[in-house]
Amino acid sequence: MPTAIEPSPTLAIGEINKYDFRTDSPAVFKARKGIDPEIVCQISEMKREPEWMRDFRLKSLEIFNSKPMPNWGGRIGVDFQDIYYYLKPAEQQGKTWEEVPDAIKQTFDRLGIPEAERKFLAGVKAQFESEVVYGSLQEDLAKKGVIFTDTDTAVREHSDMLREYFGKIIPPTDNKFAALNSAVWSGGSFIYVPKGVSIEFPLQAYFRINAESMGQFERTLIIVDEGAHVHYVEGCTAPMYSTESLHSAVVEIVVKKHGRCRYTTIQNWANNIYNLVTKRAMAYEGALMEWIDGNLGSQLTMKYPAVYMMEPGARGEILSIAFASAGQHQDAGAKLVHAAPHTSGRIVSKSISKNGGRASYRGLVKVEPGARKSRSSVVCDALILDDKSRSDTYPYIEIEEQDVSIGHEASVSKIGEEQLFYLMSRGLTEAEASTMIVGGFIEPLVKELPMEYAVEMNKLIQLQMEGSVG
Amino acid sequence: MTATGTAGEQLVIKGLHVAVEGQEILKGVDLTIGRGEIHALMGPNGSGKSTLGYAIMGHPNYEVTAGSIELVTADGTRHDVLAMEPDERARVGIFLAFQRPMSIPGVRLAEFLRHSVTNVRNPDRKEGEELMPMREFRSELKAKMGELSMDSEFAKRYVNDGFSGGEMKRAEILQLAMLRPKFAILDETDSGLDADAVRLASESIARIGGAEMGILIITHHEQLLEHNIPLRTHVMLGGRIVESGGPELAAELHKKGYERIRATYPEAAAAERALEQTAVPVGA
Repeated sequence: MPTAIEPSPTLAIGEINKYDFRTDSPAVFKARKGIDPEIVCQISEMKREPEWMRDFRLKSLEIFNSKPMPNWGGRIGVDFQDIYYYLKPAEQQGKTWEEVPDAIKQTFDRLGIPEAERKFLAGVKAQFESEVVYGSLQEDLAKKGVIFTDTDTAVREHSDMLREYFGKIIPPTDNKFAALNSAVWSGGSFIYVPKGVSIEFPLQAYFRINAESMGQFERTLIIVDEGAHVHYVEGCTAPMYSTESLHSAVVEIVVKKHGRCRYTTIQNWANNIYNLVTKRAMAYEGALMEWIDGNLGSQLTMKYPAVYMMEPGARGEILSIAFASAGQHQDAGAKLVHAAPHTSGRIVSKSISKNGGRASYRGLVKVEPGARKSRSSVVCDALILDDKSRSDTYPYIEIEEQDVSIGHEASVSKIGEEQLFYLMSRGLTEAEASTMIVGGFIEPLVKELPMEYAVEMNKLIQLQMEGSVG
Repeated sequence: MTATGTAGEQLVIKGLHVAVEGQEILKGVDLTIGRGEIHALMGPNGSGKSTLGYAIMGHPNYEVTAGSIELVTADGTRHDVLAMEPDERARVGIFLAFQRPMSIPGVRLAEFLRHSVTNVRNPDRKEGEELMPMREFRSELKAKMGELSMDSEFAKRYVNDGFSGGEMKRAEILQLAMLRPKFAILDETDSGLDADAVRLASESIARIGGAEMGILIITHHEQLLEHNIPLRTHVMLGGRIVESGGPELAAELHKKGYERIRATYPEAAAAERALEQTAVPVGA
């Protein structure tokens, strides 16, 4: 996959199992459980939002209430009235590391955030519970006119720019969970990259759920102006809790003429999390949008990053990987919409299921009338590690134009006894051999990740593979 | 591993019966290979040569129904090879060069070999412990590839993925050179190679083997034996070793085929015909 954005040192990723801890951080404000107009107004008020945003939230709540639960994908066992929709862990957003409260700092320390700072990252936006408490942006980026802030701040400080696109790419009417997010959203990143500006290193965000029964509803908007380039990296880990948690984010991206955007996500939610995310990008003339989406963990993930190719020459590429283990259902995939001629798209999906896990690919390729000479290819590979596990493919193709080229390939394989024997005959244990085969299977995706994320991905896979045999 | 400690170390196979999917392929094989010795195993297709290789290495589909395989160390200790998993067999020094090696897409040859070499050289290594230092591994790999006239770029390719027949065989020889087993079974390492490539393979094996390795060469041809003069040549027919001899036996079989053998051992020839009537797994 071609890109002008070079991988660079990013987060120092430590031991994976250290993520399984909780920090006692006093929540300064905690709305009561449940969702109704009063709660929504309270959230808006806490954030000192302009009227238009409060109205947007209230209208979204009505839409949320009027929409039925999706009747496809996985079973969503969420009691919407049994969730906290807003927590603000500290009064003020930390400006420097020293100002961040100690309990929160501990959590970030163990996630390696301070190291990231020392490594001259472009900027770190770390979301702890609902509010961004710590953020930084390198000076040279600011000088170039790049805006990288939390979305709440953007509502106050970059209202005009934000309002032009906020809720336009993914309107609240899109689906029930987009509506829910629109009503109660908090935090997330806002990025604007001005015309012709290339950011050479990935911008990062770390999201984290740290309160029982608490939903996380971040809202991200990225605007890549003409000829600009950006790579945004989002990593998610969550501590383990026994009660169900809901994560429902919305990510909207606009890539203008000849711009390029790559959005990389590695998610490793705790196994009780419902992860229901809507991600969509609009790519204009000659623009390139790439989603790289790695889904591990969670109880149920439903996520289908989309690229709408709006003008000639727009390109969309989506690389998706899902790993489903015991008690997990990954319903992941991708969506490509060709809305203009000479647009091209590619979906590569890899799924692994083991120990009774279920991985589904659900994807849509749509060619609208008049989108002549459009090309799309879809490749889905599934690897099933044992007889208890399951893999499904739901490829939807809607073509309303004759002069197009659409390809679809799918393969399902089991880890071959012969492959295992070959590696074992060279001294690898069965577990090592399986892990190596799985690692090779996802290699096409891992090699697209910034190095530290590739290291983390491999560690996560190793962790997932532990105890999978014998 | 020292040159003096190898005397007397043996791989001892006694009365070995092996079945695949309930079908008996080996019907009592006796074979003893000492370290530093070269043995050739010849025989018509389907006589059970590859089956013997798989059984020694511990393929799960090859069920040993009777007999024993033991590794006898210099001090006389007998290790029961049949009780070991394939990886444990590799760690005690047994190696099988596959006739048809498996491809492992996405896994680089160097990455795989580093893991493999680490485990084989540190038999007590636990999962997750450090691998052999990268620098040390790379320089050794580079040197070995140089000796085998292999381009070092080759190690960056995915294991056997899209390899030509010749490349696969050379990759197997490279693994042999890196792992330096006590006992190696080379299953038709010459098949699919042209005359020059066979000569190169033959020279390479001779250089790698030396006095420290016991080698069982399974082959249809005598060229591979050019630089690896067998101490003994064994002929397998119908799941048994029916005759053993010196290098002249390999030359005779190569020139005249197996007619004399079949005529001399009618019982084994009948077993061969019986096996042909039923489905035999490819490579058995």
